[in-house]
Amino acid sequence: MAEDLLKTDNLPKNPERATLEGRNKFLGFWFFLGGETVLFASLFATYLALKNSHLDGVPAEELYGLGLVFIMTMILLTSSLTSVYAIYHMRNGDAKKMRLWFWITVLLGLSFLGLEVYEFYHYVTDYGHGFTTSAFSSSFYALVGFHGAHVAFGLAWIIGLLIRNRNRGVSLYTAPKFYIASLYWHYIDVVWVFIFTVVYLMGKVG
Amino acid sequence: MSSLAATRQKAGFWSVLWDYLTTVDHKKIAHLYLIGGFFFFILAGIEALIIRIQLMFPNSEFVSAQFYNELMTMHGTTMIFLAAMPLLFALMNAIIPLQIGARDVAFPFINSLGFWLFVFGGLLLHVSWFTGGAPDAGWTAYAPLSIYSEGHGLDFYSVGLQIAGFGTLMAGINFIVTVISMRGPGMTFMRMPLFTWASFVANILILFAFPALTIGLFLLTFDRLFGANFFEPSMGGNVIIWEHLFWIFGHPEVYILILPAFGVFSEVISTFSRKRLFGYSSMVFATVLIAFLGFLVWAHHMFTVGLGPIANSIFAVATMAIAIPTGIKIFNWLLTMWGGSIKFTSPMVIALGFIPSFTVGGMTGIMLASAASDFLYHDTYFVVAHFHYVIVGGTVLGIFAGLIYWWPKMFGKILNEKLNHWFFWLLFIGFHLTFFVQHFLGLMGMPRRYWTFLEGQGLDLFNLISTIGAFLMAFAVLIFVYNIIITSRNGEKAGADPWEDGRTLEWSIPSPPPYYNFKQLPLTRGLDPLWIEKTEGNGKMLPGEPLGDIHMPNNSFIPFMFSLGLFLLGLGVIYQGPYWILGIIGFLVWAGSMFVRSFKDDLGYYIPKEELEKEGDGS
Repeated sequence: MAEDLLKTDNLPKNPERATLEGRNKFLGFWFFLGGETVLFASLFATYLALKNSHLDGVPAEELYGLGLVFIMTMILLTSSLTSVYAIYHMRNGDAKKMRLWFWITVLLGLSFLGLEVYEFYHYVTDYGHGFTTSAFSSSFYALVGFHGAHVAFGLAWIIGLLIRNRNRGVSLYTAPKFYIASLYWHYIDVVWVFIFTVVYLMGKVG
Repeated sequence: MSSLAATRQKAGFWSVLWDYLTTVDHKKIAHLYLIGGFFFFILAGIEALIIRIQLMFPNSEFVSAQFYNELMTMHGTTMIFLAAMPLLFALMNAIIPLQIGARDVAFPFINSLGFWLFVFGGLLLHVSWFTGGAPDAGWTAYAPLSIYSEGHGLDFYSVGLQIAGFGTLMAGINFIVTVISMRGPGMTFMRMPLFTWASFVANILILFAFPALTIGLFLLTFDRLFGANFFEPSMGGNVIIWEHLFWIFGHPEVYILILPAFGVFSEVISTFSRKRLFGYSSMVFATVLIAFLGFLVWAHHMFTVGLGPIANSIFAVATMAIAIPTGIKIFNWLLTMWGGSIKFTSPMVIALGFIPSFTVGGMTGIMLASAASDFLYHDTYFVVAHFHYVIVGGTVLGIFAGLIYWWPKMFGKILNEKLNHWFFWLLFIGFHLTFFVQHFLGLMGMPRRYWTFLEGQGLDLFNLISTIGAFLMAFAVLIFVYNIIITSRNGEKAGADPWEDGRTLEWSIPSPPPYYNFKQLPLTRGLDPLWIEKTEGNGKMLPGEPLGDIHMPNNSFIPFMFSLGLFLLGLGVIYQGPYWILGIIGFLVWAGSMFVRSFKDDLGYYIPKEELEKEGDGS
């Protein structure tokens, strides 16, 4: 009875929202993202209030290098696209292709994270811009670091799903899980768009 | 299935305990929230009594100044986060699924997780009493006082509230989705009982208000424990950011506390006036409007910060605007009673006590909202009197009215009405004795949060009266506890509709309800569905679905371990150094819980139709 949820044949068109549990997760997760928006809004506000308080440290316009950040942005945006492909294949019930595209998403996410770690390392060693240097540096690392932590969590989440379901097809039980993870991935991508604009681009023009 | 049959056979102490530690049933989680919330309520009440004993006479040395600071901080923090909100969650858990005709909440597992996070967050906060001092910077923990406070008190505040806050946020999302997607057949939004409506709106407030506190607490933790500079002026930090973040959360928080209480009173007044709630749709509209405006007024807590006359004026006007929807509610309650056939049961009498008490709190709120005059009241006992009038006169009375009203539904026994009336009158008189005089103490210039006061300044008598009132309130709560004990021993067994005038779905099923709530989900034909069936049908709900198998969630011990892990991790973060080992253990316990939850399928189980048929019609 309850095991019917794991059947992989005869799936409806939107398997992620075909069960009550799936619909609840879908709805609940959207509300969660609403809360996350307030979370990031608070961090953005804190950053904007403190971004000129760099004391003797390096000001924002001298610190940021747009080249690296542009590459990171492109990588993260692409990873959103690949996760869309994964969901497309999930809806067709093709678990193999879904997993492939999610693994590509994971690779892109990992390279984003690696570049971010390099970026922070570069700021600390070459500019002396550490977490405790000034109010500006604290607020910068809090905002961008919070986003980075979200990326790391999203990666652990998707990798966990891929490992757990490495031999399982798409079912009414697994489809909502993948779908929700992809929603989360899109969300952290959107937040990055704002970080790119508000932190880096606006930081460059002063 | 197996877990369920097991608990029915042996009901020994350990099996009951294990059942409660692992339960995902909203009715049992309601019991847990009630026990947890009431425990912290008593604790914070004792703190309040010590505060009042200290202030009974001038120049008193009953407690030291430092201990006084810790007491008043913990009194406020505990009452708001660990007493009032959990008690409201107890009512929401017990009643919302029943009122909307659902078998459970949307996320039973997360419901349990929310509870255990609250418990472990609250316990972590209270560990501070035994490890060298509780937080001492007021419940608002204003920077820079909070970042310079010595010892680990404020660390326990920031980490403990963080953990409890996660739980609250989860509970909030759970109830929002429950109300949107779990409503039974025919239960449209505009047929939902007002308690469900008000709680729904309060949970939306939780969702959008709590993340601001989350960030505020993170920044405070980073400043205190990891050398960040958010609130450190000498490093370019800005202390006002904390105030903004705190009150962007804090002002919606007061509506989170009061709206469910409004909902309770709407139910109670309508039931015992035996009349449909007057102006139902305007009531819903007013609730939503209060919630919306609640996000636009946070800076009225900051009039004296120096935001400038324009900002102050805008926030003052927005604040006063809230009086309009609140006034709509007050008049709707009065007009519900008008022409009704009123029964003076104890919940109804509490509701009658609430209306004038809360209105007094609202009037002083209007006074405080006037930015210019607020400069005189700011940080005096006038403010203390104001918020106790709305919180005790509104939320606390609402919680007790709701508990007495729904006690039979939650526990199957009716609380002794005579003792209920004694409880109310002592509480009511004690409450006004305690706080009414504090208005005048404030106007005479007595500042809040001060450890003591000098004699011969005209403050002696009112402080003495205030303390006497506090003891009356404590005595009233003792009567309530006594009532619970004797009722559980030999109370009258409750039928499905013990007040005889039930209007909503929860009164159509046995008290306490079976674990699956409704054998067949009931068909709602309009507002006050049971009342409609009583007056137009045969008094029983019509089924909205054929009898079939019922899907149920499995019990789980993971929420407990998950929260325990965060508790240990919190201790590690607070003490650092060698205590990081504790933190690592906590992290592993937490990560392990996440792993088990993610990697072990949890498909739930079904109650077969045949078993339901055997159980009879249940009522």
